[in-house]
Amino acid sequence: MSDDKLVGIVLVSHSAEVAASVAELAKGLAGGATAVPVAPAGGTEGGGLGTSAELISAAAASVDRGAGVAVLTDLGSAVLTVKALLAEGDELPEGTRLVDAPFVEGAVAAVVTAAAGADLDAVEAAAAEAYSYRKA
Amino acid sequence: MLDADFFRRWMTAAAASVDREAERLTALDSAIGDADHGSNLQRGFRAVTAALDKDAPDTPGAVLTLSGRQLISTVGGASGPLYGTLLRRAGKALGDAAEVGEEELAAALRAGVDGVMKLGGAAPGDKTMIDALVPAVDALASGFAAARTAAEEGARATTPLQARKGRASYLGERSIGHQDPGATSSALLIAALADTAEANGE
Repeated sequence: MSDDKLVGIVLVSHSAEVAASVAELAKGLAGGATAVPVAPAGGTEGGGLGTSAELISAAAASVDRGAGVAVLTDLGSAVLTVKALLAEGDELPEGTRLVDAPFVEGAVAAVVTAAAGADLDAVEAAAAEAYSYRKA
Repeated sequence: MLDADFFRRWMTAAAASVDREAERLTALDSAIGDADHGSNLQRGFRAVTAALDKDAPDTPGAVLTLSGRQLISTVGGASGPLYGTLLRRAGKALGDAAEVGEEELAAALRAGVDGVMKLGGAAPGDKTMIDALVPAVDALASGFAAARTAAEEGARATTPLQARKGRASYLGERSIGHQDPGATSSALLIAALADTAEANGE
């Protein structure tokens, strides 16, 4: 627990629709978790497929409540852009972390865990744990 | 010695080269990628030249750091954070010096390439930009012309390779027989450096 402040969640996808839909799905499956700040950062600023550093920075700033921000990504440039922004040092809020997790399952786990008031370490662990769920 | 204006001219030359070659880069990328490499880099380098015109940074390190930041912000594909990291790491390595020597530039680019390998996880032989950049940095000790030749040969040598990183890696053996677009644009970047140096009388 960290002073009742909730961890923020940013969902980065190559597609604006995917990012927004996964955000909606994760919040919906978390039930009464609407208090958790979740922001999608999907596609390019022009509305195309790709990754926008500006949209990621804006999304992270919008969900930062002082308890850290967990960023989940889909693939390729989404991962690399977040890593490059983290290396920059001042582009993302203090306590922003790229979480190594499957995008959809990890988002659900992260939002549910954050809704319980868990700290960033616990949110990260829950999201990463989603990798261990085998489907076949 | 190389001053901020030299580095600004290098970036301007790179932008012009990307403009000229954008269609070819996109064509290479349509064979094994998602057909946006040329247009992505065009957008990125246009943003670089616009930012350099506006801010006019006064040290070599600041020129490269600002350029790298623009590429990360505007490219929209994986090449943005990769080239952005290359230039930004190199810029940071050059520090606040008003002028730098060729050896310092070579060491800074080495730091940049190391940063790219760490970020993307690619090694030589994976059919990526690393296959042009590593030989270029290795050859830079023998001069700018040698670096250009090494980068171009490195890019061409990606054709028979099977991709092991990025979207092209999903194609498996079908990625063989196509020159890598990232290695190709890396060779353009190094060629722009060599052109700038030759025009400078280096």
